[in-house]
Amino acid sequence: MTPRRNERALVRPHVVTGGRARPSRNVFDVVTLVLATGDLPRTGLTPEKVQIVELCLGGALSVAEISGHLGLPVGITRVLLSDLVDSGHLTTRAGAPAAPAPKVRLLQEVLDGLRARL
Amino acid sequence: MDSALASEPPPYLPDTVRTSVKILIVGHFAVGKTTYIGTLSEIRPLRTEERMTQAGAAVDDLAGIKDKTTTTVAMDFGRLTLTDDIVLYLFGTPGQERFSRLWDDLARGALGALILVDTARLDRSFAAMDVVEKQGLPYAVAVNHFDGSPSFPEDEVREALDLAPGTPLVTCDARDRRSSTEALISLVDHLLTLDTEQP
Repeated sequence: MTPRRNERALVRPHVVTGGRARPSRNVFDVVTLVLATGDLPRTGLTPEKVQIVELCLGGALSVAEISGHLGLPVGITRVLLSDLVDSGHLTTRAGAPAAPAPKVRLLQEVLDGLRARL
Repeated sequence: MDSALASEPPPYLPDTVRTSVKILIVGHFAVGKTTYIGTLSEIRPLRTEERMTQAGAAVDDLAGIKDKTTTTVAMDFGRLTLTDDIVLYLFGTPGQERFSRLWDDLARGALGALILVDTARLDRSFAAMDVVEKQGLPYAVAVNHFDGSPSFPEDEVREALDLAPGTPLVTCDARDRRSSTEALISLVDHLLTLDTEQP
């Protein structure tokens, strides 16, 4: 019988997060914008966390982009990002759920932005 | 150590961008979601994956994980910086309800959904429409016009999909930037109407 191919892949990301499937805070939407603070040494971080911090030093990216660039599943990425915000390495800009703002104005701006691309 | 990032720095967002929004591009397999996103995105579309158990079983720890059916769902997404302040992300989302946690996560905070349909396989879009409606997401429908796809009058497509009178139905070519942008405009225009009408 063929061994189940994805068994190894299933375990590894959880090892990356120290066995946790849920982040320590629940603020990370896929479109939450994240960037590195740049003030803290990266010693003691796991290789995956170092990669994230290095990626985010250049400027802001969404959670989905960080996940896509590093090839980590979104859920795992959220756990690591959460840790890195807790440790002060990363900070967030408002993402969709945190910005209920005036919805009509936001939609109008999105509409105008799309029309300008025609 | 070689970093995965060494080859190509990622395209960062302008410093002025503070607001990120998302719209889901929903449809069955091979309806053109990835093409559509690729046509509109300012970055090379990225793929992100989520591992999940089926039938909504929660896995908060690894105990007994071998006994659970785990599936990897891939989502393609793209990015459009619309103004100095606003970036829009488009997420290609599989139209299957069994990935319910994935749907809850993606739908939360989304402005709305654009459902891509193929007139040669209209019946395959029912599942996608069901899941979008169940999530309570406002939506528009865009017929992705394939070469050789039958062209039906709008009222027939509306009837086949059982669309509400106010739901926009447009035609686009997922390879064409202009018509794809227009489909998104129809959706956002509809969202604005819905929001303005609300008491």
